[in-house]
Amino acid sequence: MSLLSRIQKFAQQHADSDNSFTAPLGAVIEHLYSATEGSINGRRTILVGTNNYLGLTFDNNCINASNHATRSYGTGTTGSRLANGSYAGHQALEHDLANFYGVDYSIVFSTGYTANLGMITALVGKGDTIVLDEHCHASIYDGCMLSGADIIHFRHNNAEDLDKRLRRLGDKASSTVIIVEGIYSMLGDRARLAEIIEVKKKYEALILIDEAHSLGVLGESGRGLSQEANVEKDIDFITGTFSKSLAGIGGYCVSQHQELDVLRYLSRPYIFTASPSPGTIASTRAALEIIKTTPSLRERLWENAHRLYDGLLSLGYELSPEVSPVIAVNVGSPDNALSMWKKLFDRGIYVNLVMPPATPNSKCLLRCSVSAAHSNAQLDVVLDAFANLQNPLPKEQLA
Amino acid sequence: MSSQCDDAKSELISLLNKLTKTDIEITESLHIMNDLDLDSVMVMELMMELEDHFDISIPLNTLPDVNTVADLIQEISKLKNQTP
Repeated sequence: MSLLSRIQKFAQQHADSDNSFTAPLGAVIEHLYSATEGSINGRRTILVGTNNYLGLTFDNNCINASNHATRSYGTGTTGSRLANGSYAGHQALEHDLANFYGVDYSIVFSTGYTANLGMITALVGKGDTIVLDEHCHASIYDGCMLSGADIIHFRHNNAEDLDKRLRRLGDKASSTVIIVEGIYSMLGDRARLAEIIEVKKKYEALILIDEAHSLGVLGESGRGLSQEANVEKDIDFITGTFSKSLAGIGGYCVSQHQELDVLRYLSRPYIFTASPSPGTIASTRAALEIIKTTPSLRERLWENAHRLYDGLLSLGYELSPEVSPVIAVNVGSPDNALSMWKKLFDRGIYVNLVMPPATPNSKCLLRCSVSAAHSNAQLDVVLDAFANLQNPLPKEQLA
Repeated sequence: MSSQCDDAKSELISLLNKLTKTDIEITESLHIMNDLDLDSVMVMELMMELEDHFDISIPLNTLPDVNTVADLIQEISKLKNQTP
């Protein structure tokens, strides 16, 4: 089969699934009324799949900062950080991030994806080993593949399994980096970080944690799971994104290791990407300040997470394992998942439809992400829509 | 085929029969994904079971070159030799 005919085959499959209504993968938001409501197909829709955890996309301080920076520095940098793309704002944001985490070193990347790609490829190479949780995000897997290191995954959140795999490495365990996430993006569960850190210390490996979904969500100051689990001093590298709680786009890595500052010269995804726009950098700085100074947003987020999780549970749905701003509803077969997604969509509710192989354990999921900006009334509309779907499938049909 | 390969072969075929619950006869030329109708997630789960059974780690980056049962036998034998 030629390359183009292979693509045409995929295009036909996509067309077949796309001919009757707005496809879950192609919903276009025509207007946004707020952080939690928009218009899709001309219908006012409550957005429950945006990762906009703190609802800061329309925050006045962030918008004003972005406007001011755009007026002052222009719409884009048109170059890499190692060429003409390092502005005072980029350095200031790196300083802010290091201060926020209480470490000395920080790098800003252009996306969360390139933060993982850039860090992993700079940190390890051929002859090294990466041991990662099997539920890690695609950006981590892609970084691992690109690095040339040996890639070994361990059973999700299973420190004993991690221990076993490091033991098998023998002397190579000490040239290994372990990679986990603060909150896993599909099921919303936390890494069992304290147990994992014990194993990391036993084998003298390094650990990198991606706090993309936990920044601003977990920890007393919003620094993520590492703070909540009280293990920050044992973490070697923290990566994250600006595109969730910080309501922009971009990524970062912070570390207590001075080597981080040199890694930027070894990181091709950092070197060969234009740096984030001045407006993005400015709004991100403003959003980070809000995370630091407004813990009530985090409290509101968790109230909303409990409201939706408990409500769905009481309706009989099989849910992801713990209460979190990411709530995954297990909906059985692909046909059932698509049908339920469409019924919710027709009632003005947008959630993420996630199908295998992008899901753990080959499950079809309706993935909801809760925001601090959701009102009780909005969440009640969402629960009402779920209540009016066909009765949840019996447990045996969800396996 | 070396004796280590022979050992791995008989153990692997018996394990594949057990883990995939297939009616298909497992032969060395069988294509693991296509003939056993496994998706990528199922292959990952299968590999973890094999890793535990043989007490080895099969790096994911080696899997693109492992297509048939014979490839897998070779890889397992190689890794068993390297085990510290």
